[in-house]
Amino acid sequence: MLLSPVLVLMILALVSPLLLLVGQSFTVETGESHETILSLANYQTFFAKPQYLTVLSRSLIISTLVAFATVLLAYPAAYFIAFHVGQNKVKWLILITLPFWTSYLLRVFSWKLILGYNGVINSGLKWVGVIEQPLEFLLYNNSAVVLTLAHAWAAFAILPIFVSLQKIDKSLIEAAHDLGENSLATFLRVTLPLSMPDVVAALLLVFIPTVGDYVTPKLVGGPNGMMIGSLVQVAFGRLDNWPLGAAISVVSMVTVTFVVCLFLLGLDRIKKLAV
Amino acid sequence: MTERKTQTGARWLKWYTIIYLCFIYLPVLFLPLFSFNDGIYVAFPMNGLTLHWWQEMINQPGMIHALWNSFRVAVPVSIFSTILGMCAAKAFTGYRLIGEKVLTGVFILPLVIPFIILGIALLIAFNSYGIELSLLSVGIGHVLICVPFSLFVLKSRLEGADPSIEEAALDLGETPWMTFWRVTFPLALPGVIASLLLTFTISFDEFLLALFLTGNESTLPIYIWSQLRFPAKLPAVLALGSAILIATFSIVIIAEYFRRQDTNLINERVN
Repeated sequence: MLLSPVLVLMILALVSPLLLLVGQSFTVETGESHETILSLANYQTFFAKPQYLTVLSRSLIISTLVAFATVLLAYPAAYFIAFHVGQNKVKWLILITLPFWTSYLLRVFSWKLILGYNGVINSGLKWVGVIEQPLEFLLYNNSAVVLTLAHAWAAFAILPIFVSLQKIDKSLIEAAHDLGENSLATFLRVTLPLSMPDVVAALLLVFIPTVGDYVTPKLVGGPNGMMIGSLVQVAFGRLDNWPLGAAISVVSMVTVTFVVCLFLLGLDRIKKLAV
Repeated sequence: MTERKTQTGARWLKWYTIIYLCFIYLPVLFLPLFSFNDGIYVAFPMNGLTLHWWQEMINQPGMIHALWNSFRVAVPVSIFSTILGMCAAKAFTGYRLIGEKVLTGVFILPLVIPFIILGIALLIAFNSYGIELSLLSVGIGHVLICVPFSLFVLKSRLEGADPSIEEAALDLGETPWMTFWRVTFPLALPGVIASLLLTFTISFDEFLLALFLTGNESTLPIYIWSQLRFPAKLPAVLALGSAILIATFSIVIIAEYFRRQDTNLINERVN
């Protein structure tokens, strides 16, 4: 009974819109009468154009890199807070997540200001006299996108990893030490495996939303940095071709789900091999 | 020997964490720094201090209007999603649900679908239901993504509470409704406040859904996005960003304060 309001919301505002989205992706408007008929044309358009596939695969590759970069950068910090700060854990945690409550747009945009041709780094280095000409390789490429996203989504990696490390029974670590393992081996054989489920959760938590990000590729990605979100936006904006946009969304949703499943399956395989 | 190694390890970790903190803070802190710079370019050397951009920010009617719109969306969104989150959290903690894992999966669904796809799905839905795009449609989209956050905050709060207190109230003859208001609600209050503030902040900052679902009215992120195209407008946007920064910092600190309040303390007060 208590669940019914939420379930109604989920059905009206989530399930039915997604079904309508899938439905629309299979329609096409005919020329003069603007009648909509069922058709696979949008999917044919998508798979016929190599640009679309390039953008889709670039999105997947960039988001995978972002997910791994974010988690790798965040893990040691989360580890430090979980095991080495004693009483002040809460303070450290607030300190490290505070910047993520500022405007997402401005957080991304600030990287454009930092990496730009006349940006903070270039003008700073020129001012100090290290360089004469601005470095052009900083902005408008895939590394800029990865760096910006790894910064923008850091909280989504730190929090789950911290929570998981926090849950680990300290006596297990002590036991490993007592049995003569050194710190590194203890970490690799006890702490890391125990935190693995949440590391995976963090990877997915960063991977999934960044695939569809539209702001970052637009601001720091440059002309060749388009990601799938930009395609969707163009289809719904400039092209005014909703069915095509819907088809692009469906293809990317299916691909993302497929990649996630593949990843989870692979992990399961590794786990079984290890045992 | 091992002891000393562990200590060096800890020292390296500490330094790494400090550098990581710098990485996280530096880009954000450039906003307030250059909002006081006397020049339109964000570059070194800085030209001297000015409050000109902060004045310009305050004198932009479009910005004040967008700010007001964002409040009009975020306040109801935070209230509605907290009520819905409360219902769901109560259901999850109070009863043994059939298919609890599946239900949890359904509730986090809005977070595992890229927002841009949620946005266009809702756009298509509103279009076929015949609902005009307005701040209301933005609000509906925001409630959808805020409910999971509210649910998590409230669920962990209610899980920490002792169920026997509620049972005692019922045994002493309170109606379930009064039990909720006089026992459950006070127990959950810190969580409720945290949820209100968290969902407010999420809605206030949300851009992608708003981009697709807003009609002629723009919320603050939409306004900022439109300003980013003009270099001359940039410093005023930086001032605006700094103002948001200060406001959000205060909200989050208050939210954390309430969330961290010890459950036991509340339990004592109820007893």
